[in-house]
Amino acid sequence: FIHFSTNFLLFSKSIMISAISSRAARTLTSTANRRLASTLIVADHDGSAVNASTLSTVTAASTLGDITVLVVGGSEDVAKSASNVQGVSKVLHASTEGYIGGENVAEAILAAHSSTPFTHILAPHSNLGKNSIPRAAATLSASPVTDVIEVQSSDTFVRPMYAGNALAKVKNSDDVKLVTVRPTAFDKAADTGGSAPVEALSFTESPSSPAFVSASESNSDRPDLSSAAVVVSGGRGMKNGDNFKMLESLADKMNGAVGASRAAVDAGYVPNELQVGQTGKVVAPDLYVAVGISGAIQHLSGMKDSKTIVAINKDKEAPIFQVSDYGLVQDLFDAVPEFEAKI
Amino acid sequence: MRVLVGVKRVVDYAVKVRVAADKKAVDLSNVKMSMNPFCEIAVEEAVRLKESKAATEVVAVSVGPKQAQETIRTALAMGADRGIHVQTDLRTDQELDSKAVASILSKICADESPDCVILGKQSIDGDFGCTGSMLASLMSVPQCTFAANIDFEKKTVERETDAGTEVVAFPSLPAVFTADLRLNEPRYATLPNIMKAKKKKIATLSASDLGVDLSSGNEVLEVFEPPDREAGVFVETVDELVGKLKDEAGVI
Repeated sequence: FIHFSTNFLLFSKSIMISAISSRAARTLTSTANRRLASTLIVADHDGSAVNASTLSTVTAASTLGDITVLVVGGSEDVAKSASNVQGVSKVLHASTEGYIGGENVAEAILAAHSSTPFTHILAPHSNLGKNSIPRAAATLSASPVTDVIEVQSSDTFVRPMYAGNALAKVKNSDDVKLVTVRPTAFDKAADTGGSAPVEALSFTESPSSPAFVSASESNSDRPDLSSAAVVVSGGRGMKNGDNFKMLESLADKMNGAVGASRAAVDAGYVPNELQVGQTGKVVAPDLYVAVGISGAIQHLSGMKDSKTIVAINKDKEAPIFQVSDYGLVQDLFDAVPEFEAKI
Repeated sequence: MRVLVGVKRVVDYAVKVRVAADKKAVDLSNVKMSMNPFCEIAVEEAVRLKESKAATEVVAVSVGPKQAQETIRTALAMGADRGIHVQTDLRTDQELDSKAVASILSKICADESPDCVILGKQSIDGDFGCTGSMLASLMSVPQCTFAANIDFEKKTVERETDAGTEVVAFPSLPAVFTADLRLNEPRYATLPNIMKAKKKKIATLSASDLGVDLSSGNEVLEVFEPPDREAGVFVETVDELVGKLKDEAGVI
């Protein structure tokens, strides 16, 4: 009995020791590797409200801890729209009359981060994000991860390379992760129901910041190309800018946006902000109608995540037909008006 | 004015890349390599500045393996005056990152004191688009990214934005510019210029000569191909198309 009980005591002691050791070991590991995540999101806005790409960025950050949204410039309305977003804990409003470019936005990011350090700083992969995230990253000696399409964990992200022909799983080991996200890869967070407090953030404007002179933007009542549910896009086959009116009419009937291939933009048919592609806009609408577009690798890169792709082209060999769900080999000048009439 | 231009050797834009069997990287064996298209535009802009006498010297810099010298030679053939090659065997599409390249370029700029630096807005292999902004940050200078037109006399740059274009006035030089598609149309190097370029000098350095640590916060764990789309069908008529969009796809 004594022998048994001694062994029993030794046995249970060893269990206790190993139990304590492994729990202590886990605690030490998690303290060393994983501070509580907290994310700063740099909002993209149009001066009156945060835009759709910001809402997608909030979703991308939803597994990364508390979310603070940084609004640089813009009115109180923008800050209010940020605080209304579900999932946002706090809004920092860095008011400024200065030019809202990479230089100034990076300064605002650094001011926010120096008062309360974040583990993650995210922005949409828009002009604003592309300019500010890398600039801030350089100051923080961090390696940015851009155009992320999936957040696998607090340090592992998936991003496209080679015009989306390869995807890379990237692990980042910096203390703070500087990331831009591809808005079309993440559903938009609800823009009502939130009630985050808004705090003013002061920052020093960058002496390197340029001054705004003028902007040339096409004013359109159509939905924004980056987030429209339907996109009608034209390529070199449209032959001139006037013919794009046919696509505008079709887009309007479906409450969609108009896009274009690089060839159409370079030929001067339409302005540059309509360009869909590797170095233009990436779109992922429910319906993408490619009209007179051959389907170069670089164009496909900007639209191949669309849910349904229709291609209309009189060349049966056009590469666009390799990605389209429905391909119509017909002269677009006949097909498009007929299509519009019949939907 | 001295202009420094960054040039990168990348997979040719027309190549459809394949992921290597070990899924660690893209397979680059026997693949045609060329100068990154946006770097070509950057070189062209710099050479035009020299031709208009706004610039006195164009220096082309590349970070990469020994073959990056070919890319520098192309820049020299387009009209750059001399080259600097920073040698590394790190894979330039995924091991050498923007932070490392920006650090190297900022050290070179500290020596060369260029009045302006022109880079491509992104390289078509990594598609990161960070180097220009990171370099401008390290140099504490303006970053005139996505440049569609640069006016050095007025000190303004027209930039491409999500909604169109805008014009901004940069406060001072030096500044970093990144070239967008419509900045210019690059020239082809002519044979006489290619021959002349052989005599132009390329200095070779290593990152450690510059005191730069090339390590990255990023590690590529895996590279894989995106899922294929299901094959589509051809429709014969508009009627058939409308029918399928209504009944099958449910989008109209």
